[in-house]
Amino acid sequence: MSITVYVPGDAAALALGADEVAAAIVKQADKLKQDIKIVRNGSRGLFWLEPLVEVVTAQGRIAYGPVMAADVPKLFAADFLQGGKHALRLGDIAALPYLAKQQRVTLRRSGIVDPRSLDDYLAQGGGKGLAAARAMQPSAIVQQVTDSGLRGRGGAAFPTGIKWKTVLDTAASQKYIVCNADEGDSGTYSDRMLMEGDPYCLIEGMAIAGLAVGASKGYIYVRSEYPHAYAALTAAVAAASDWLDDFEIEVRKAAGAYVCGEETALLESIEGRRGIVRSKPPLPAISGLFGQPTVINNVITFASVPDILAQGAQFYRDLGVGRSRGTLPFQLAGNIKFGGLVEVPFGSTLRELLYDYGGGSRSGRPLRAVQVGGPLGAYLPASQFDTMLDYEAFAAIGAALGHGGIVAFDDTVDMAKQARYAMQFCANESCGKCTPCRIGSTRGVEVIDRIRGGDLKQIPLLRDLCDTMTYGSMCAMGGMTPYPVLSALDHFAEDFE
Amino acid sequence: MNATLNAIFAKHQHQPGALLPILHDIQHALGYVPDDAVPLIAKQLNLSRAEVHGVITYYHHFRQTPPGKHVVRVCCAEACQANGSEALAAHAVKRLQGADVTLEPVYCLGLCSVGPAVQIDETELHAQVTPKKFDALMNKLGEKA
Repeated sequence: MSITVYVPGDAAALALGADEVAAAIVKQADKLKQDIKIVRNGSRGLFWLEPLVEVVTAQGRIAYGPVMAADVPKLFAADFLQGGKHALRLGDIAALPYLAKQQRVTLRRSGIVDPRSLDDYLAQGGGKGLAAARAMQPSAIVQQVTDSGLRGRGGAAFPTGIKWKTVLDTAASQKYIVCNADEGDSGTYSDRMLMEGDPYCLIEGMAIAGLAVGASKGYIYVRSEYPHAYAALTAAVAAASDWLDDFEIEVRKAAGAYVCGEETALLESIEGRRGIVRSKPPLPAISGLFGQPTVINNVITFASVPDILAQGAQFYRDLGVGRSRGTLPFQLAGNIKFGGLVEVPFGSTLRELLYDYGGGSRSGRPLRAVQVGGPLGAYLPASQFDTMLDYEAFAAIGAALGHGGIVAFDDTVDMAKQARYAMQFCANESCGKCTPCRIGSTRGVEVIDRIRGGDLKQIPLLRDLCDTMTYGSMCAMGGMTPYPVLSALDHFAEDFE
Repeated sequence: MNATLNAIFAKHQHQPGALLPILHDIQHALGYVPDDAVPLIAKQLNLSRAEVHGVITYYHHFRQTPPGKHVVRVCCAEACQANGSEALAAHAVKRLQGADVTLEPVYCLGLCSVGPAVQIDETELHAQVTPKKFDALMNKLGEKA
């Protein structure tokens, strides 16, 4: 019987040489006449160990990592196909503290399941949520989601059940389910990991949403920067058509506009126009895609739903703190020693993630600033590292959890430069519809340049401009660009002098 | 070009909101979206040329001129900045002077814990790219220093 060897096909693993490793394993197995079967799984999310190779043995899955193609002959010599001893042997990967301490819910199958096999997905516990939903009334499905306390994981944290109820209650001959997979925030990759590592979980969540609100058609809008996720989804959607019955999904490729992560701009883009933000009201739940009632949610939001239906709302609600229920897959990124995906219930602290999981900076220098929540998120100084990871606790310090991306910087960072970058990014990516964002960001770059040139009298002007952008912009693009700017100014004033 | 376009139009004939999928297919087939294609796309979708032009120029992904033999993109977003992507990007500009390569920044490839990241020709990814590693990659592409 052939021995199964897992070599991740996750984009980060590929970037670290996973394809070369897979090819080297096949070549060496051929040479030694060993009967093996390679499965290209997703990533477990421990990126300093990628490419992470796992072998199925009598003692379970035994991991080796990080494996380079050049290590492969020696691994065979060490009899790794039977779990043999080698310097790279990690044993049972799930027993590593980094994973053992986490509470994986939404991403629990990523890196374990074969993302190209619907059968494997069903064998690993997938599909139970959809089966449960098929036996329920639409309003009962919506009630479960509402009771779970799930809030939108894209960043805005709007209660998912309320959104779904609005769509359910709006009569229309055609409704739509739209998945926002335009994960443009730097420091975030949980959507990518899920799409590449467990795509059927997302598809199941969307199908459940379809049953809940009475929609027969879904779209997944994926970034063009994620070709591997696009390919994984396209294959999975094609293979899932029988399973989905009369719910149909179309995968759409975006075209590199950051603002299309804003829901109404995304809808414009699917409709074939420039991704320009729409005025709200009407809400997409009432008049969304092609003018029809539309559920639009982030990848992780949809992917959280199957478990809520399978295990009941209470299971999910019991996790977390305050009004932040369930888990959030945090993503450790930037200058961090052990970068990776950490899915934990709300309520732990930034410090735990940065040091207990992340191990401090990759460069070995002290961490000075951490940006949470992408390019529109605040920069936090070390004095705020004990802030609880909870939507309300972050809002209280003028920050946002957003999509859970955590980007660490060491003490070589120039925060005035980062503030300038935030304004410049907004100037580049603004859709141009509203003035505070379109013009404000360009003026913001100019004002910061003058401050950096020594004209400190411009600082009140910068604050004034930020105020206008915060309260005058149509969407979060212009409305939240002041977060990184003002937090840099408030906490790292010395960099502006 | 017309045959290519007609085949693409036929494929998307019944698709609502087909403009972006059509532009993606054209760029995939031709490497860019030629100006000559704009009136044909407009006619096919019953749009004005201005609308089609507006969409092509709005999205960073679409090109109006042919790219070099290879497209190399260096991630310049915050997570890669934290690991030295600015120096890498500056190095890349110098390294690729005179080479038949289109060098452009990209804002996040989702490789944020293993930056700086580089993408070559859409699907080839590289992590933790130092200037030295970058040179080796370019040598492999056959682009002389």
